[in-house]
Amino acid sequence: MKIDQSCRYRPSHEYARKDGPDFVVGISDHAQESLGDIVFVEMAELGKEVAQGEALGVVESVKAASDIYAPVSGTVSAVNGALQGDPALVNKDPYGAGWLVRITPSDPSQWDGLLDPAAYEKDAGKE
Amino acid sequence: MAPFAGYEMPISYPDGAVEEHLVCRRSVGLFDIDHMGQVEISGPGADEFLSGLVSSRVIDMREGEARYALLLNEGGGVIDDLFVYRLASGWWVVVNASNRETDLAWMRSRAPGGVRVDDRSDDTYMIAVQGPKAVALLDSLSGGAVSRLERFTSSRAAVGGVEALVGRTGYTGEDGAELFFPTAQAPKLWELLLSESSRLGIEAAPVGLAARDSLRFEAGMPLHGHEIGPSINPIEALFKWACDFEKDFVGKEALLAVAAAGPSRRLACLDVTGGGVPREGCAVLGPEGEAVGECVAGMYCPTVKKYAANAFVRPDLAKAGTALAVSIRDKPRAATVVKRPLYIPAYRR
Repeated sequence: MKIDQSCRYRPSHEYARKDGPDFVVGISDHAQESLGDIVFVEMAELGKEVAQGEALGVVESVKAASDIYAPVSGTVSAVNGALQGDPALVNKDPYGAGWLVRITPSDPSQWDGLLDPAAYEKDAGKE
Repeated sequence: MAPFAGYEMPISYPDGAVEEHLVCRRSVGLFDIDHMGQVEISGPGADEFLSGLVSSRVIDMREGEARYALLLNEGGGVIDDLFVYRLASGWWVVVNASNRETDLAWMRSRAPGGVRVDDRSDDTYMIAVQGPKAVALLDSLSGGAVSRLERFTSSRAAVGGVEALVGRTGYTGEDGAELFFPTAQAPKLWELLLSESSRLGIEAAPVGLAARDSLRFEAGMPLHGHEIGPSINPIEALFKWACDFEKDFVGKEALLAVAAAGPSRRLACLDVTGGGVPREGCAVLGPEGEAVGECVAGMYCPTVKKYAANAFVRPDLAKAGTALAVSIRDKPRAATVVKRPLYIPAYRR
């Protein structure tokens, strides 16, 4: 399992990475691997306000649909449109081209409360 | 891995279900399907017994021929769908793993004296080799025996030195074969298929349950428990072609009544374009948003690149071109009834 050292994580496998004023949000390599082939992605609309832990959208694999939860509160400032044509980008490059949304945070300090890479690796390793 | 009818079965191998589906369509997929059951029906009266047991016409089959057949209950519901092979020694019947015990009990309770119903599942292994290059791969291991077989026929042949019953059959929509042989030979033959494919430069990969499902779905083949089942009759499931009303068979009276009254629902294939993957259990909605049916299977179809579902709907809404919706996560998603099957392989076009 690849862990992006610049990200913080939710125990439910979403990551958030600081990028300018925003956070880039996606699912971890461990998550994409356990979900299997991802065939559809449906995310909250641009401008939607989300609270930390609230459903942000759904990632559908061959096997099942999985809810994705917001790692931080804020406003959805971008949605990765490339996933509409090629949802498998989430499998191929979860921390890069397979990102899901960008969130402009209402409280950037929430990020500090997420799991750091070492804690997430330990947590995910238990599964 | 997942438990399936008492077997531990791979949902997918490391390449992933989508790639497994595509490799079978473009070259060769290998299917480790020992969970499928095999029943041998033999003895005096076996022909008449089987003919009365299944809805399909079998009595005219020549030795070696293979045919799709339905095992019905008295109500016309589908207990199981079968592949029936006529051999010199009797009938070789391939049954679904999850229905094996039910099928055997049903057959044995009806078999007249003298007819033997033998469960051959445990001493028989089954591997399917499917795809446009499957016959070339198998020919190389069998001295050309497989290409000499017509589609839907079978014969005994040595494949890589393993004595097997080879049927030019399958359940993916592709050309290919299904091999039945002694269980002890399974690892050897599996390894041989992989090594021979790489020696020949024929791309071949193992295919798990998920891709097996999407392959059969695209090709319009039913899966028991979904498009067919004990409370689904062949007329509403579009399998009237597999019912021979010129002979007697269990369930015939019930089917004649359904045919006379007209079915109350029909199987339809829906192309869901409104976003999301339709799944089993999703409601199908009519023009006013009213429920008109339910999806019995649904998935992403890798070859035709569609999100599609099979659903039972009101008969008047089952025509190709009808605009409907499928409820996914409580939102109606646009869907259109399309012609089945979604995919027709190159060799049949």
